[in-house]
Amino acid sequence: MEYSFDFALVVETFPILMRGFLVTLQLWLPSLAIGLAAGFLLALARLARSRLLRGGSLVYIELFRDTPVLIQLIWFYYAFPILIGVQLSPFAAALLALALNTSAYGAEIFRGGIQSIARGQWEGAKALGMRHADVLRRIILPQVFKLMLPAFTNRAVEVAKMSSLASVLSVHELMYQGRLLSSTYYRPFEILTTVAVVYFVLIYPATFLSMTLERRMAGKG
Amino acid sequence: MQAEPLSMPESTLPPPILQVSGLHKWFGSLHVLRGIDFSVAAGERVAIIGGSGSGKSTFLRCLNFMEMPTAGRIALDGTPLGRAAAGRPDEVRYPEGELCQVRERVGMVFQQFNLFPHMTVLENAMEGLVTVKRMKKAEARERALRELDKVGLGGKTDVYPGRLSGGQQQRVAIARALAMEPEILLFDEPTSSLDPELVGEVLRVIRQLAEEGRTMLLVTHELGFAYHFATKVIFLADGVFHEVGTPDEVLKHPRQERTRAFLERFTEFSF
Repeated sequence: MEYSFDFALVVETFPILMRGFLVTLQLWLPSLAIGLAAGFLLALARLARSRLLRGGSLVYIELFRDTPVLIQLIWFYYAFPILIGVQLSPFAAALLALALNTSAYGAEIFRGGIQSIARGQWEGAKALGMRHADVLRRIILPQVFKLMLPAFTNRAVEVAKMSSLASVLSVHELMYQGRLLSSTYYRPFEILTTVAVVYFVLIYPATFLSMTLERRMAGKG
Repeated sequence: MQAEPLSMPESTLPPPILQVSGLHKWFGSLHVLRGIDFSVAAGERVAIIGGSGSGKSTFLRCLNFMEMPTAGRIALDGTPLGRAAAGRPDEVRYPEGELCQVRERVGMVFQQFNLFPHMTVLENAMEGLVTVKRMKKAEARERALRELDKVGLGGKTDVYPGRLSGGQQQRVAIARALAMEPEILLFDEPTSSLDPELVGEVLRVIRQLAEEGRTMLLVTHELGFAYHFATKVIFLADGVFHEVGTPDEVLKHPRQERTRAFLERFTEFSF
């Protein structure tokens, strides 16, 4: 088996892949941030006293967790104009789908974390006269955060990879550029290997940062 | 169900701080508290005894709304708390702000301490002052230090609770409650989860508070301590006050058969 890896091609196409890399970054970080923030609110709804809030958030979470992300992406692009007459750009549709999907998973991480804190912590704080929101902010969440960090890291990694699905909507992110280049030059091996390496270089720092943070927090408390 | 008249050493008691009338508590189909009337005035020290499952902890926890009463009203300084729903006097709603105000004035020490593990001893004692009373950090710190000194933990301020013994943790919990300067302190079996050799240090702190004339309610199995601590002893059984009186009356000369039977099971205590 004689195959010569065409490094020249990698060098030549690299600037195009970098453009894709930037779009991937623009999809990844905002959808992660929006998704986790929305997930926190959803988790509060899941834990609320109101049956309506609990039921509504449960339906939302299960809809997004139990259907393929690929369909969600396509759905926001094609079904939205039909349903509410708003045509989103491919990028906006992809960002929205990724953010909402992340919020569903984020909600479950937050809910699990909050529920894992013993009831005594709530009681200890409430007995001092603290309001519910203050207990959450001062007592529960600081303890939960440490427990949730590994799960958040997982989610961040998942979302980075999931963003490659946006290529089906012709969002010019990393995967899209990679597929385009590999069919243009008929060199999928070189191109897709490079794409994989770029994804790794994108994601690894995030997991490294998370591990460092985890280690640092383990020393306290 | 009405508690018998109390024979207090003083003939004139100050008006009650906390008043309970017709208190019932159901857990699902379990009727835990079956109609309790009770009041506590400044300077009183009440020990609540009874078998497990008698409802004594539930009763105490209703007083600062750690448990919501199913029926009955609780009044602070003569003002009933919560608002009855229109047409349904049994359904009382409690706004969060009102509950917080009550809890600020009625402090609690738990069996399991419930210290905040992510905060140091000092931060634990400061938390209520800073978050609830909106006190300045420096001022809160000063007051927290004073209370920690008082329970003998002035030297452990920067330690996390996880590094302390159970007895030390409970003393921090007491300091945390004291820092809020509550008018009434509730102790829910404060020594029950401690190793026997650590019980003494916690009881000593509670006795010291008694000497200061603080108003306290104590649910306990330490009958010997209850005898010396209390101005009034309540024997709770099946969710009602079965016998109420001075420590001498209830613990030494119980009139009710049920009380006698309960006390006989504690062979190890001595007055």
